[in-house]
Amino acid sequence: MPTPAPLIEMRGITKSFGAVKANEAVDLSVAPGEILGLLGENGAGKTTLMNVLFGAYAPDAGEILIQGQPARISSSADALAAGIGMVHQHFHLAARLTVLENLLIGIPGKSGRIDRAGGLARLAEISRQHGLTLDPSLPVSALSVGEQQRLEIVKALFRGARLLILDEPTAVLAPSEVDGLFSALRSMAAQGLGIIFISHKLNEVRALTHRCTVLRHGRVAGRVDDPANTTSAAMAELMCGHEIVPPARGPSTPGEAVLALDGISTSKHSGTTLRHISLVVRAGEILGIAGVSGNGQRALAEVISGVRAPDAGRMTIAGQNVSRFSPREVQALGLGRIPEDRMTTGLVTNLPLADSMVLPRIGTAAFSARGLLKPDAIRAFAEEQIKAYDIRCPGPMTRAGALSGGNLQKALLARELAFDPKVLIVSQPTRGLDIGAARFIHEKFLDMRAKGCGIIVIGEDLEELLVLCDRIAVMYEGHIAGTLDSADATVARLGLLMTGVEGRG
Amino acid sequence: MFRLEARTSTPAWFNLALPLLAIAATLVLCSGLIALAGAGVFESYGVMFAASLGDSYAITETLVRAAPMIFTGLAVAVAFRAKFWNIGAEGQLLAGAVASCFVGAIPMPGPLAMLLMALAGAAAGAAVALVPATLRVKFKVDDVVSSLLLNSVIYYALMALIEGPWKDSFSGYPISPPIEDSANFPVLIEGTRLHLGVIAALVAAPLIWFLIVRTTLGFRIRVTGENPEAARYGGIHVQRVLLSTALLSGALAGLAGVGEVGGVHFQVMSDISPGYGYSGIVVAMLARLNPLGVVPAAIFLAAVMTGAEAMSRATGVPAFLSDVIQGTALLAMLVALLFTAYRIRRVGAVQ
Amino acid sequence: MNAVFEQIFQVGFLAAIIRIATPLAFATLGEMFSERAGVLNLGIEGIMLLCAMTGFTATSLSGSLWLGVLVAVLTGMLMGALHALFTVALGLSQHVCGIGVTLFSSGLAYFLYRLIFGQQSVPPSIKGFQTLPIPVLSDIPVLGPAVFNQFALVYMAILAIPLAAFVLYRTPWGLSVRMVGENPRAADSAGVSVIATRFQAVILGGALMGLAGAFLSMAQFNAFTFGVVSGRGWVAIALVVFGRWDPWRSAGAALLFAFVDALQLRMQASGLGHIPYEAFLMLPFIFTIVAMAVMSRNAVAPSALLKPFRREER
Repeated sequence: MPTPAPLIEMRGITKSFGAVKANEAVDLSVAPGEILGLLGENGAGKTTLMNVLFGAYAPDAGEILIQGQPARISSSADALAAGIGMVHQHFHLAARLTVLENLLIGIPGKSGRIDRAGGLARLAEISRQHGLTLDPSLPVSALSVGEQQRLEIVKALFRGARLLILDEPTAVLAPSEVDGLFSALRSMAAQGLGIIFISHKLNEVRALTHRCTVLRHGRVAGRVDDPANTTSAAMAELMCGHEIVPPARGPSTPGEAVLALDGISTSKHSGTTLRHISLVVRAGEILGIAGVSGNGQRALAEVISGVRAPDAGRMTIAGQNVSRFSPREVQALGLGRIPEDRMTTGLVTNLPLADSMVLPRIGTAAFSARGLLKPDAIRAFAEEQIKAYDIRCPGPMTRAGALSGGNLQKALLARELAFDPKVLIVSQPTRGLDIGAARFIHEKFLDMRAKGCGIIVIGEDLEELLVLCDRIAVMYEGHIAGTLDSADATVARLGLLMTGVEGRG
Repeated sequence: MFRLEARTSTPAWFNLALPLLAIAATLVLCSGLIALAGAGVFESYGVMFAASLGDSYAITETLVRAAPMIFTGLAVAVAFRAKFWNIGAEGQLLAGAVASCFVGAIPMPGPLAMLLMALAGAAAGAAVALVPATLRVKFKVDDVVSSLLLNSVIYYALMALIEGPWKDSFSGYPISPPIEDSANFPVLIEGTRLHLGVIAALVAAPLIWFLIVRTTLGFRIRVTGENPEAARYGGIHVQRVLLSTALLSGALAGLAGVGEVGGVHFQVMSDISPGYGYSGIVVAMLARLNPLGVVPAAIFLAAVMTGAEAMSRATGVPAFLSDVIQGTALLAMLVALLFTAYRIRRVGAVQ
Repeated sequence: MNAVFEQIFQVGFLAAIIRIATPLAFATLGEMFSERAGVLNLGIEGIMLLCAMTGFTATSLSGSLWLGVLVAVLTGMLMGALHALFTVALGLSQHVCGIGVTLFSSGLAYFLYRLIFGQQSVPPSIKGFQTLPIPVLSDIPVLGPAVFNQFALVYMAILAIPLAAFVLYRTPWGLSVRMVGENPRAADSAGVSVIATRFQAVILGGALMGLAGAFLSMAQFNAFTFGVVSGRGWVAIALVVFGRWDPWRSAGAALLFAFVDALQLRMQASGLGHIPYEAFLMLPFIFTIVAMAVMSRNAVAPSALLKPFRREER
């Protein structure tokens, strides 16, 4: 593709958060009609770079040129005025307002009133141009995740964006929805829009983009001019700095069932309803739970850890019925849990790390007696684990929130593994971690598997699940759409199950 | 351009420096009002200090006034630690006063009477605090609003009592009958009003500190307050913790009322509390919710209150200055607390 | 009992409801704007008190009622700005700041009042607002004298309700307010200044609280006393919840509360002598608590209420 004058050029962008350099001397440019891939591992600085471009963060150094002219973008209003639109990973929508209201936010009204008629006309026009249809009167809460993403794209176009940034847009989509998104993006590029497509998925970048910039540790690790004809291995090496060697998973020797769910259902009180979930985890095996996020994975994790009581069905741990057990009781039977969201459900960021590390077992004899804490035991336990897991922190009394994501994840792992769980349930174990930390965590899981622990890994990254798990169950709309041995499983087959196309397997 | 930047750790000396900074800022700000009233700033503050902390008698008076605020300050500190927004310490104090007055009027041996007064007052305060906590846990009613509204309800109930069945039939004044003489808290130093309740308040602070820092209940209260989701996933029964916290908090506020009845007024009247319940919020915040810090914070506010009256008599500056000082101190402390979480960084223009 | 009911349902009773509802309607709408933008303003009780004081004082010194109203409104805006400074600009705890603003404003109101008027055995009073019958409309039977023979401030409150609904639901600014209260990040990424919008909403709320205070000291009591607000601010906060953060429903909640309050006043006066009058005074508060218990389970507060917004926080 010929490269006309770039639409946007970023030169020498540097941005630090405290001691962490999220971006260092990054150069990047996009031409009209071009789809640029921005590739990098989690934590490589892609999102930070784009937030700088969108005016959310002020760069410490560097400049931004728009059509060759230096521009100062210090707020999203500046970015919008410069024709930059962004679809964030977490949508910026107000769930209780309607589609039209979400589109019209920040748009000047007509004679003091919201210009509904003008908004509807403009929406119809954009829908026609790119095939992005939406019902303007629905509240956002009534839209599917794919529709919400569509709304975010329309919102950017509505404001006259000439450059569209999409931050990991496929993470929330099922494989079939991804195709729809890609064709819409191609149509926009054909009409002269510039697009920056952020991803860490190589196959998507190769399928969609014209050119690709790879970030590693906040710096540009390399550029790929013809992604479609570059091997994944070559790009992965740019991204990670070395060829990825998956941890070796030996043959599994599953033993007794340690956890069994039989016809578990929940009512529609909050979140997704579970419908007749039956599954078994045996000692010494890793069971993966795949699925597009929001299909009941969270509810499943809550039921298993005793936080939410099922309305029907039976759950047993090592043969004992625990359907009505509290979190403390299932834990006492040997269930370990590493929650999905470290900051909100795992740790207490404002208290010392040691407190978070003993939180689930504070009532046990190890850490208290007759209602009184054993501060020395708590401290000693935390110190021991900090050493054993190489958790980088000044000490057990450091505020937990001050630690990095990888170290927090190690701390959560340590607090569960220290008590030799029979069953371990883990959600998104490596989200947001760098390769080294992720690998460390994977190795720990494999160690536990060898020791006869039954592990459930809930994840969205199919590649990770295929490497790690012995079997993979796919959740779709609150039920198990199918379970595959990972030897027979492929991304394509799992993808079909994830969209509900293939029935119970 | 200045920017707030998150801190990873807070130096220990901040715990002492911040309240002092807030108090200094408050006194500077309020000196404007003294000047507005046409009085000398240093003279007025001088009178305040002399009248509240200047001699041993003044100190005992200040301590007597500090006692109820130590209790309400502890009540609020415990509640806020669990993020149970108990703004109802005022009503709980009144309930404690009424209950202890009721018990104290029954003839019985002095020590027994005092013990039962304390138990009854604590129970009454706890019962009142249980209402907003239950409403929050069962019906998701905002605890701030319900505990505030409940203050009015309790106040009117107290008025109905002292203007109704308890009304002094001889004088016609709306005051309750006095408690038995034997139930009056013993005075510790002859010629002062320093009573047993003051010692109880001073002892309560380290006990509550121990409870928060060293017991599993305290651990659960702290974790629930900081992150209820993590607490729930960690196997803590969050609702039960909230209810326990409410009982504890209400009991402490109730004890404030017990001290006022048993040690100061020996009966109940409509103005038995000049807003000690609300002052408890200021005390707790100045103490950074640390039970040990509650004692000096309460003494500071008590000194301001005692001193303001003397200042008003000497200089004509309205004694309501002490109310302004309380409000200002609370706001100043909140701003000062920013420095524990953030540091201010100068940011150069982006080039 | 029949006599009681006869006495209750008459023109005077309806007029009393409207009159009691007026300051509550102003206060409730003010709190609603603030909360719709994501800021709980517990300063309302103190702000109303301070505004009642400044409005009364301005009128008492100048003789002009409308100057008093203006001063009260400006005071409310100033205190709103103060609350916004702490909670929006600095992102401090809205609960504690609100209590702080209430303590500070009430202390200041007492202090300044005593400074200006000294200690008098009979509190000074002013000639407050007089009823202003609206021609034609006030001749409608029952409704006319009750609704259209009122103070000018009452008419303002009646007009404020549709106006508030229009501003909130039909204007771009109102959309911004709702957006910053639901998802400030969405507003920010759409180029709307979250900080500015929240400041404006809290200040507008303060202005309305100012009108509420002015009504109390300049139309209802025609004097300033320390108990002039006596919990009406706290009630307004409950009414916002009860009215589900909607102008029409909130105003309706104010009317309902006023009905209960007027009823208890009538019952007090109606020779139910064996019940202490305090029991009636309690009634509106208990009613409010019960109403909240009934409503709160399904009430959905603005999603970003109580959450400060700092753009660079990760």
